[in-house]
Amino acid sequence: MAELDQKVNLPDFPEYQTEDGRLKIFGFWVFLAAEVVLFSTLFATYLVFKDQTAGGPTAKDLFEVKEFMAETLILLTSSFTCGLATLKMRLGQKKGVLMWMGLTLLLGLGFMVMEIGEFIKYVGEGATIGTSAFLSAFYVLLSTHGVHVSLGILWVSLLLIQVVKRGLTPITSRKLFIAGLYWHFLDVVWIFVFTAVYLTGLVS
Amino acid sequence: MSQQKQASAKHHVAGYAFSLVLTFVALFVALYTSLPASVKLIGIVVLAILQMVVQLIYFMHVTEGSKIYQLLSLGYGIFVAIVVVAGSIWIMLYNTMTQ
Amino acid sequence: MDLFDMKMPDQLIVWGNPLINGAWISIILVTLGIVFVLTKYKKWRWLWDEWLTTVDHKKIGIMYIVSALLMLFRGGVDALLMRIQLALPNLEFLDAQHYNEIFTTHGTVMIIFMAMPFLIGLMNVAVPLQIGARDVAFPTLNAISFWLFFAGALLFNLSFVIGGSPDAGWTNYVPLAGEELTPGIGINYYLWGLQISGIGTLATGINFLVTILKMRAPGMTLMRMPMFTWSTLITSVIIVFAFPVLTVALALLTFDRLLGAHFFTIDGGGMPMMWANLFWIWGHPEVYIVILPAFGIFSEVISTFARKRLFGYSAMVVSIVAISALSFLVWVHHFFTMGNGPWINSVFSITTMAIAIPTGVKVFNWLFTMYKGRIEFTTPMLWSLAFIPNFIIGGVTGVMLASAPADYQYHNSYFLISHFHYVLIGGTVFGCLAGLYYWWPKMFGFKINERISKWAFWVFVIGFNMTFIPMYLVGLKGMPRRIYTYREGLGWTGLNFIETVGTFVMGAGFVLLVWAIIYSIRHAKRDYESDPWNGRTLEWAIASPPPHYNFARVPRITGQDPLWRAKKKGETIFEEKTPLKPIHMPNHTGIPAVMAGFWFVAGFGFVFEWIPVGLAGILGVLLCMMWRSLTDYHDHHEVPVTELRDAAAEEIKNAGGRSARGVVNDG
Ligand code: HEM
Ligand SMILES: [Cu+2]
Repeated sequence: MAELDQKVNLPDFPEYQTEDGRLKIFGFWVFLAAEVVLFSTLFATYLVFKDQTAGGPTAKDLFEVKEFMAETLILLTSSFTCGLATLKMRLGQKKGVLMWMGLTLLLGLGFMVMEIGEFIKYVGEGATIGTSAFLSAFYVLLSTHGVHVSLGILWVSLLLIQVVKRGLTPITSRKLFIAGLYWHFLDVVWIFVFTAVYLTGLVS
Repeated sequence: MSQQKQASAKHHVAGYAFSLVLTFVALFVALYTSLPASVKLIGIVVLAILQMVVQLIYFMHVTEGSKIYQLLSLGYGIFVAIVVVAGSIWIMLYNTMTQ
Repeated sequence: MDLFDMKMPDQLIVWGNPLINGAWISIILVTLGIVFVLTKYKKWRWLWDEWLTTVDHKKIGIMYIVSALLMLFRGGVDALLMRIQLALPNLEFLDAQHYNEIFTTHGTVMIIFMAMPFLIGLMNVAVPLQIGARDVAFPTLNAISFWLFFAGALLFNLSFVIGGSPDAGWTNYVPLAGEELTPGIGINYYLWGLQISGIGTLATGINFLVTILKMRAPGMTLMRMPMFTWSTLITSVIIVFAFPVLTVALALLTFDRLLGAHFFTIDGGGMPMMWANLFWIWGHPEVYIVILPAFGIFSEVISTFARKRLFGYSAMVVSIVAISALSFLVWVHHFFTMGNGPWINSVFSITTMAIAIPTGVKVFNWLFTMYKGRIEFTTPMLWSLAFIPNFIIGGVTGVMLASAPADYQYHNSYFLISHFHYVLIGGTVFGCLAGLYYWWPKMFGFKINERISKWAFWVFVIGFNMTFIPMYLVGLKGMPRRIYTYREGLGWTGLNFIETVGTFVMGAGFVLLVWAIIYSIRHAKRDYESDPWNGRTLEWAIASPPPHYNFARVPRITGQDPLWRAKKKGETIFEEKTPLKPIHMPNHTGIPAVMAGFWFVAGFGFVFEWIPVGLAGILGVLLCMMWRSLTDYHDHHEVPVTELRDAAAEEIKNAGGRSARGVVNDG
């Protein structure tokens, strides 16, 4: 593509340029607020059930510091690279957007691979969704987050195709910005998983 | 929309650094200190909340766009989240807690 | 893996019971009839272009209302069947299983597929007009909401002919609703029907929240918004924050049943009470979702027909805002009797009583609005007047139930049943009907016949009280809810019989109502009067039915009740001098309906636990979303100025130029 390296002349905040863009960004914030409640319900469920191990494996038996720290660092880094992509988008640097968003995707994929690996390992140790209420809540909370991340990967990939094809316009910028919000939000959710599931599980 | 100048890369690096520090402090408090469990739990929850604030400000630009409405929706969501989590724990575990 | 083998349920096609056979036959006949009519009059194209692909909020509103009326009919038939069974002791019209199925579908249909869509339909019709907007914030999403509701409702309503109905009550309590005690697929219908339509409702909440906060015409400040718009705003807030809890609760029970998880089971460390907890965290806000918009409608109607400004506007606003927060703090009152600690019951008793305060404030405001007004007894006003005493009866008994120790007596008795019917029928249904009558001329350009409608009103209200007053009494005499028959000699027989007669009277009222509508469609004079009620708010400033872009010129608002002010001063709210500009409007699209079709397939697959079918449906949904993302760059078109001239002229004429009839000086 010829225009791949062009620095398009965009206003400072291209994503807010159109009325449609402003509405969609605010609408997405409202959606995220609803997601806060969705995840909080899953956290509530997990915290109610965390000691209901029904004789099966407990948090201490399963969780490994190295593993969940690696997952956490990958996701934190991906949030950072995603933030840089938004920055590049605002500077109108298409190549930078593609690079940082691409990196974000790779980190996201890495996270998913690790998480799936972790689940497979646990299942091998006899910890399935049907073992105990604790594990049911654990798997459902983490996979809800994981499914969100996977959908995010799919979504961002689709957006990058559009950016390659159409360049950075107010519309593609708005889409990128919203996908970025989503990605950072999932990072926040993970922080709470890290805290309420992993650290708490190893504390008491 | 506020027309302040946009954040720089430095700003993002600072956000990233904060989030790393907060994560490691939480890990350290939870696993490598000998504080009472309740203190540890409060500590790591506070650290998580700080992390959230870092993400919101440094990466999610919550103060741009329809700032007031965005913050109000988020605040409402957090209110309901606290009610759901605290309420469920209280209601479901009351009988075990008082024993 | 056994997840992938597609088992057949014992009875895929339900057949044998004469009632169900009758239903089958009528379903087939009606479907054939519709297909025949559409084909004969070559209306398929019209159906697709004008309705199935529309993103116009007014048409979406009409589709919601039509569906809700159908659901009111279905839920009403369920009610009649139950009342026939209970008319006298020891009847065998329905057996225990069939009775359980019918009270389950009755409750679920009425709340989820009747009350909510009816109100959302009215919001769609009126709210963008009331704030001077040309559409909602996300028109395509709005269509998706409707079609998801439609898919969910269709799925749920299929249950009684294909595979069997859910039978654990609209609250679907576990362990009864768990895999162990209720295998089979009825409960799955409940879970998936609600899940799919619930996602649509959440989207509606987001959509109206953004629309109202961000798309008001210049000068329409928050404190100048009509009360129906305010109540829609607050309802949207409650939807946005309550529905995710339902989504999770339904999903967890689905995992219990499908994957053998242990959230609500008795073994494996699960806790059945957790279902009640999650269900009511959503459930109590839900009852406010279905009452607040009705409050809004009554406010509009009462102030219009008392010819007075709404009394205590700011107090009303403060009350509903307070309700929005309080409604999330009372849920335990639905399970006081499950053995919570004394502290828990006390706290939630107090919050429950507190929520009655803002509700009471509103009642006084309506009364003061009418005080010294010049009341005009139109049909929408009659429904609003009837609402006040009936709702007070429901509210007062609610406060009685709010006291935890007393609730041990009333809980699960007919006293409770009567409480929530007084608020749901006396509040929500009366509100829906008042709104239907009030905005009907705006939707279609003619009024519903007043004479037949007044008959319908009286018959319905008398039947309603005849049914539910005795229910309070029989509840106090100890008759529990959800029993399919009872012995003689308990002192319940006479009251039950009166109730059944009352239900038939109510049914007659409904028939009269439908008759009034049909009669008016055929005979009413099409006057296309833009302001038939001498209204106060913006929707009455534009043509009936309004053009698809609503306003040729965006109005300029200088105070509450803008049209009323304009009429009084003989001014106009449209700036005649500003030149007309072409209007940006969203294109029609088939994606919402197609996507909902895939949701339906997914839901159907998962109901029968045919995982491949379910996954195929989900894949279809994803493909629709991807398709939309790739193609939404050109989803608008322009309405040229030449097309706007006539509408603009009419606007100017309506909004004050032709001086108002019978304006009284009340500010
Ligand atoms: C004045 C305010 C109200 C108060 C204090 C109140 C109080 C209560 C209480 C304490 C219960 C539980 C009783 C029991 O299960 O034993 C209850 C049940 C119920 N209420 Fe209300 N209520 C109020 C208004 C409403 C409104 C406005 C609606 C709906 C429009 C409503 C709908 C319901 C429903 C559907 C149930 C029963 C659900 C079931 O168990 O199937 N209530 N109410
Ligand atoms: Cu309640």
